[in-house]
Amino acid sequence: MTPRRGGVLRNLLRTGVEPTWAERWLLASFFFVLLGASYFIASAHRHRENPADQVMPSFAQLVDGAKRSAFERDRDGELRLWVDTLASARRFAVSVAIVFLAVPLGVLMGTFPYVEALFERFLVFFDKIPALSVLPILFIVFGLDELSKIALIVLGVFPTVALDAYLRAKATPRERIIKAKTLGASELEVAARVVFPSVFPYTLDTIRLNLKSIMLLLIAGESLAATVGLGYRIFVVRRYLAMDIIIPYVVWMTLLLFAADWALRTVVEHPRRFQWVKYPL
Amino acid sequence: MADGGYLIRIDDVTVCFPNEDGGEKVVLNKVDLHIREGELVTLVGPSGCGKSTLLRLILGCDRPTSGSVRIDGDPVVGLSRDRGIVFQQYSLFPHLRVYENISIGPTLEDTSLPERYLLLPSFFRKRRLHRQRAREYVERIGFDPSDADKFPYELSGGMRQRVAIAQALIMRPRVLLMDEPFGALDHNTRTEMQLFLLEQWKAHGMTVIFVTHDLDEACYLGTRVIGLSQYWSDGGGQPGLGATIVTDVCTPGGHPKPSTIRSSPEFVQLLERVGHEVLDPSGRRRLTEFNLTHQDAVLQEPALPGHPISGGTSS
Repeated sequence: MTPRRGGVLRNLLRTGVEPTWAERWLLASFFFVLLGASYFIASAHRHRENPADQVMPSFAQLVDGAKRSAFERDRDGELRLWVDTLASARRFAVSVAIVFLAVPLGVLMGTFPYVEALFERFLVFFDKIPALSVLPILFIVFGLDELSKIALIVLGVFPTVALDAYLRAKATPRERIIKAKTLGASELEVAARVVFPSVFPYTLDTIRLNLKSIMLLLIAGESLAATVGLGYRIFVVRRYLAMDIIIPYVVWMTLLLFAADWALRTVVEHPRRFQWVKYPL
Repeated sequence: MADGGYLIRIDDVTVCFPNEDGGEKVVLNKVDLHIREGELVTLVGPSGCGKSTLLRLILGCDRPTSGSVRIDGDPVVGLSRDRGIVFQQYSLFPHLRVYENISIGPTLEDTSLPERYLLLPSFFRKRRLHRQRAREYVERIGFDPSDADKFPYELSGGMRQRVAIAQALIMRPRVLLMDEPFGALDHNTRTEMQLFLLEQWKAHGMTVIFVTHDLDEACYLGTRVIGLSQYWSDGGGQPGLGATIVTDVCTPGGHPKPSTIRSSPEFVQLLERVGHEVLDPSGRRRLTEFNLTHQDAVLQEPALPGHPISGGTSS
């Protein structure tokens, strides 16, 4: 290995070098700092020209906006941020729970050719429907409350996850299935005890990647028909150009999504239980 | 024992697969094979000759186009716990630890479907018991007790195959089928595993059918070597369709053989002969030359020194 010499810049386009702990932090935070700095410089510049500028609130204004949302009661006596977060989190959680049901469906499809024949075309077709385009239909059919918003998310993400689980399940070596049967497993147990566990950690990753789509569809649904929710709020306060509320909300949503992603990742990267995924036999 | 004293009877079996241009490709042509209980039969042949196809017929996951495959007089239909299998790869369940891989068979056998589907307490109790037994069992396959907690990916190729063999043997199947189980191992590990298999075969006394493309392995392990080959011709000298059994010999030297037998002239002669008859395309044998009478290896041991290694050709 090349001896480490010459710091970050010299090593930037080199193979076989290893950044130190400090260098990693420096590099990782670089674009965050760059983004923050350019924002606040531009904001300060705009405020010098027009002290009443609303488009780029200063740091103090952002903190104030966040404080007001989180700790001050609004006209209805509610702490808005928490009420919104709770409402969105509920919709999010219910949707994710339903999306998880796509995994067993995909496993059944990948294991049993007749179940495959029953669902495959339908799901592929369903998967291609642009979810947002059926939103009006959902509002008409399911009304404007929770059901239509959750239906939107499920419609958008369920087929993708099911098809992913299906393809992975179908790739299970035939030998393994034969083996299980010679050991006395029933057909359903082949699906439940052989195919499902060997597919599950991979589909966790797929669901992780789809958390973003779930959030996207959630905000789309909330922005059009809701009385509470993170997505609803940012679209309401947009009318007043309240960037000091919108930006903290966006940051908050990002952090929540990051936390959800991290939670799933800790499961996938469990130090013992799922390590075998990394070393296919 | 039913069926003329044979455990496995394969009579006049032909297997055809459909090919791309709508026709049929003959894979196995009129295969006859009778095997007695306790034999260790090795099935050797050039690659693509249908060794694995024949094995799958006995396993029950494929059916012959014509002819019959019977075990103890009953036609083979579907997979069964009476026929264990070890593949070259993918025999183990990657998400289960060694002791779980070994105990899955006994646990399934010991519990009823409702117990398992409804996850009754008795299921968990029995599972715990069998897992405990599997932990004890690993020492018999040369593992440290601490290895029982490992996942398959943490094991070397040879260790994996040991677990795969244990996983099948703990069910005490009537027949153990092995599809090139040591094909992916390096030379030393392979030799080690051959001895391991012979040990287990002797200890359990089960019938083994062992598919390999390695001549030396076939002749060393088997009490009886079956050569399956597509290099044969019908009575008139035309190339035959598909593969059929061209050689059926009992190996000399008692069973299991000492590894020193490999340097004996008899053994070398056997290798040469089977190699010529089975693997050599120019060795096309005429159908009329090998009207095989089936050998019953176990009954003949130990082979007398100088005893002709019998087979089709009149020596």
